[in-house]
Amino acid sequence: MSTTVSGGRSSGDGPSPGSGGPQAPLGGNFLRPSSRRVGERVVLAGLATSALLSVLVTVGIVVSLVLPAVSFWREISIVEFFTGTRWTPTFADPDYGVLPLITGTLWTTAIGLAVAVPLGLAAAMYLSEYANPRVRRIVKPVLEVLAGIPSVVLGYFAVTFFAPDLLRGLLGIGVGAYSVLAAGIVLGVFIVPVIASLAEDAMTAVPDALRQGSAALGANRMSTTLKVVFPAALSGIVAAVVLGVSRAIGETMILAIAAGGRAQMVDSPLLEGQTMTGFIAQTATGENAPGSLAYNTLFAVGLTLFAMTLLINFVSIRLVRRFREAY
Amino acid sequence: MTTIRRGSRLAAAGVAAVSALLLAGCGGQQTGPSTTGAGGGEGGQASGQVRADGSSTVAPLTSAAAELFGAENPNVNVTVATSGTGGGFEQFCSGNTDISNASRPIGEDEIAACEASGIGFTELQVANDALSVVVNPANDFAQCLTVEQLQTMWSPASEGTIRNWNQVDPSFPDTPLVLFGPGSDSGTFDYFTDAVNGEEGATRTDYSASEDDNVVVQGVAGDPGATAYFGLSYVLENEGRVRPVAIDGGSGCVEPSAGTVIDGTYSPLGRPLFIYVNNEAFQRPEVTEFVNFYAQNANEIAEAADFIALSDEQLAQLRSTVDGLAG
Repeated sequence: MSTTVSGGRSSGDGPSPGSGGPQAPLGGNFLRPSSRRVGERVVLAGLATSALLSVLVTVGIVVSLVLPAVSFWREISIVEFFTGTRWTPTFADPDYGVLPLITGTLWTTAIGLAVAVPLGLAAAMYLSEYANPRVRRIVKPVLEVLAGIPSVVLGYFAVTFFAPDLLRGLLGIGVGAYSVLAAGIVLGVFIVPVIASLAEDAMTAVPDALRQGSAALGANRMSTTLKVVFPAALSGIVAAVVLGVSRAIGETMILAIAAGGRAQMVDSPLLEGQTMTGFIAQTATGENAPGSLAYNTLFAVGLTLFAMTLLINFVSIRLVRRFREAY
Repeated sequence: MTTIRRGSRLAAAGVAAVSALLLAGCGGQQTGPSTTGAGGGEGGQASGQVRADGSSTVAPLTSAAAELFGAENPNVNVTVATSGTGGGFEQFCSGNTDISNASRPIGEDEIAACEASGIGFTELQVANDALSVVVNPANDFAQCLTVEQLQTMWSPASEGTIRNWNQVDPSFPDTPLVLFGPGSDSGTFDYFTDAVNGEEGATRTDYSASEDDNVVVQGVAGDPGATAYFGLSYVLENEGRVRPVAIDGGSGCVEPSAGTVIDGTYSPLGRPLFIYVNNEAFQRPEVTEFVNFYAQNANEIAEAADFIALSDEQLAQLRSTVDGLAG
């Protein structure tokens, strides 16, 4: 009696005679019931459909972005789009250079990360290495609450309190009502829980044996954390930072409200600037006839944003793989 | 013991799911920039919906009318959106709205669009407005500006070059000029560019543009060198956060106010405010009732909403036009 070895289930054979029994090798065939139940197949179909649906939705989004964007780039040269420094699609004599929006996005993302990465990693280090379990039980949920604050609330916080009272009033920094600095800092605050949570998980996953070995060699807690735990958890920490970057680039409400509505080449954090997401929010809620050039700018900018995020995710996956240390 | 725990977990999950569904169900009905006017009270046979859209300058007036009307006609739902005068006309000439709020008269292409869609309309002047130029309260040097100075600040030729108050007038101190204002969909924008720069739509584009006048107010209130222009009702509503400037139209400095607009001395920025009514929609009883109410009580509504009332002549004209519509 020979049995065929197949890696998983045999493809749609239907019930096979009881040759599967205890003699079958370990692997897919071992636990296969002698009669396949219809229920199992239905469940399988349902789950596979769900997975397929997510893929289809993503493909659908990309297609719906690409078609109007292409029709936009048929009228406005793609070179002018990516190298122009003036973005005025709604005015008479419009210009379609997307660089101002990109500088706005880059500035707010950079400031946000400059705030979120040190704060987040420091919080993660504290929670995983230093805090006693009682403190941890309180602080960790509070951090999660910070993650739950709606971004639109944070945006208004930035405009009505942070910029006028904290930045201008207390610290004397000459920002206006809307600025890349205020928006960037509040964006950083918004991302801190994301980075802290993931980094803390990565660091607690490092086996204790490493810490104990380091202590046995006479290192103090800080040295252990920085020179042993950190490098060991690096791939998780890099993943946390990269997720933070993705969130920062794609964040809309905080930037639409607090960074301002003026698309200009931002060369100082005190200036107002419009991000790609802020522009999309402003234009999508405005009145532009569908199919018009001003309307299609939405898709061109959206596709650019999508491509940027995709690139960052791609780079991050490579980075994480490179730094991964398996224990 | 495990069974009890599992059961209570299931119960907790069930409660959470049900309450989430319930809470989602009783969320607010309105989204976006629209307000409803409907209140308690008796009387009013009419019922139905009246849709208004358009100018953000006229919107508070129509909303006030809706509120007062709703007190006696609780079954009529009047919604007021603010897509800007231009955006409002687009909706109006597509047949999507019954009333279009406008802070400038309807334009040639808009008339053509309405004709093409077979939409007959009637223009009704419902109030007057002083298009006010404002500065930050900390600004004590700009008390009176001539039209030429406004041109220096706002003309297309000044883009990128006029960036400081001392370029507007050598006697002004060295303060960066920060500009806010409505975007190109706004009737206020159309009227101001026409009156100051001589051509509708002609403006420098390096300013913070927003159709939402409240965003503009916020911007001016937050920067000592800021300036903007919008309707008088926003000035009166935000006393202390912005300061109006007197305008010299050739015969001396004139402060914006109800008196100076009605007697014509506040020039060239005194302007009429309109609503445009879809003639077919007017046949519906709820629209008839609302427009009649609006016309009969135009000046009371204007006073309630801090707008400039019509002169006796203009009021008589309004009433006779509406009577003509009904007849």
